[in-house]
Amino acid sequence: MTRLMFMSVLLLGAILFSLTIGRYPLQIGDVASFFLAMAGLKPMAPESYQLLYNVIVEIRLPRILGAALVGAALASSGAAFQAVFRNPLVSPGILGVLGGASFGAALGILLFGNWALVQLSAFVMGLVAVSVGLMIANMFGKASMILLVLGGMISAALFTSALSIVKYTADPYEELPAIVYWLMGSLGGVDMTQIRWAMIPIIGGLVALSLFGRALDALSMGDDEARALGVPAQPVRYGVIGTATLVSALSVSLAGMIGWVGLVVPHVVRLALGPGNARLLPTSAFCGAIFLIGADCLSRSIMRSEIPIGILTELLGIPAFIIVLRRARSGWT
Amino acid sequence: MMTPALPVECLEALAVHFRRGARVILDDITISLKSGEIVALLGANGAGKSTLFRILLGFLKPERGEVRLGGEPLADFSRRALAQRIAYVPQAHVAPFPYKVHDVVLLGRLAETGIFRAPQAADHRAVDEVLERLAITHLATRPYTEISGGERQLTLIARALAQGANILILDEPMTGLDYGYQIRLLKHLVDLAGSGHSILFSTHNPEHAVRVATRIVVLRDGTIMADGPPTQIITPSLIRALYGVAVSTLTNVEGQMVIVPSMERALDTRLETTRA
Repeated sequence: MTRLMFMSVLLLGAILFSLTIGRYPLQIGDVASFFLAMAGLKPMAPESYQLLYNVIVEIRLPRILGAALVGAALASSGAAFQAVFRNPLVSPGILGVLGGASFGAALGILLFGNWALVQLSAFVMGLVAVSVGLMIANMFGKASMILLVLGGMISAALFTSALSIVKYTADPYEELPAIVYWLMGSLGGVDMTQIRWAMIPIIGGLVALSLFGRALDALSMGDDEARALGVPAQPVRYGVIGTATLVSALSVSLAGMIGWVGLVVPHVVRLALGPGNARLLPTSAFCGAIFLIGADCLSRSIMRSEIPIGILTELLGIPAFIIVLRRARSGWT
Repeated sequence: MMTPALPVECLEALAVHFRRGARVILDDITISLKSGEIVALLGANGAGKSTLFRILLGFLKPERGEVRLGGEPLADFSRRALAQRIAYVPQAHVAPFPYKVHDVVLLGRLAETGIFRAPQAADHRAVDEVLERLAITHLATRPYTEISGGERQLTLIARALAQGANILILDEPMTGLDYGYQIRLLKHLVDLAGSGHSILFSTHNPEHAVRVATRIVVLRDGTIMADGPPTQIITPSLIRALYGVAVSTLTNVEGQMVIVPSMERALDTRLETTRA
């Protein structure tokens, strides 16, 4: 509990700090006095209040909250998938959710061009891809672990080729760049309405995943052992897969493809806290949120024009992963 | 000391039949495990030992026949209720994540707490007790992935004891362990039976069965070939039929049965069985 309090304070600090980053320079003090004024605790001149409201609440806050939600969702679902598949190298895309969502987004860009429909299409196709993967895995009787992985691979391949078809038929001046840009991942398009829509299911999903922590510990020992320990293995597995898929599909529909967060963050947290999922899952969520807020700050500030955040998380994630590999390899002989 | 919390119950499979595709794995098997018994299950690879275990644990449903626990059909128990009564000790394996030994054993408490409740101080105490009982307290903070095979097997037994279950089912617990650990493990089995546990274990070593079992069940090609007290069951002809080697059985000064393989005739008999 104290750890979660500490992480919450850290997350709040990261959010406050990141509100100061951007083209219009702000100090932490400005942000603090704005929020005090907003709460009616401190007077502020109406012109400067309006300016700060515009910068902080309308421009910066949605993308920062988006970064926090997406980072938490990816890190936590990554940790959950790693436990379900008994493999620390698994990332949230294992069952095809990312491939499906990419296809869905590209299709949405081609057919509708309306941003909300693009997101809806990405979300739905992400879920469809995972369902297809699970169906393939269960085609010949109850799916084993390896069949689930293969089913996910087949489904991801299917949707990736469908994505190629969409790209091929897309208009190369308008639609194709939009698709490519979406695939790089960006928080620029996030607004407050989307946050309101996505926040409750994402946070609910993260809490649910964390509640399954101890059951996941048992499940990571193997199905028979989990059953012998009193854990209903199949319901827990599919419950966790369903929740993690929902949460990651939502995050992808908000911000496109943001790689490595779901793989690296749980890994680092596991090295620090040990592998117990009851602690790993909530802590990964917080760390993922803070990591993505940090990456977003960088993406907004190192160059005059914004760098797509998916590229940044890859650039940051790869060295982090190499460092983790160096420490973790002893267990993999 | 962790003593079984629930009344002692008898686990029995009645005329259990199981097929995989067209292949019959278990053919009308009837077997029972009564309180305080140590039953050793002997049988060559592929005789159906693991399948029988999985049926007794409720992981597989038999095609025909029934498994009963304390007279009630196994299917009537929830997973958790079963876990409070029957504990399973798999062969020592390598876990994918480096859980500490204490945390692995703590998983045994899931049967008691349920999956959503965090372990309490009493659960941690229960873990400490079983670790002490198996004399592996010094391993508590070591990662399960870094200890030896024998230590891992003891950890898994500790986890089974932490469940508080009365019935222990162990899958080839001695396999892959050094001589010292094999003997220590046998001693633990005897002690556990003495404190009220019923134990069913499979083994490839008839000597181990003879040394600790109160009853031996021999499984061959999915049928029960013999079931009874060790001294009556283990004969040179049975060993020869099971493993294709010649042995003689002796009684040592303490009155225990000793199995002595005959090296001269060992290869001959193997030839005979392959010809047959």
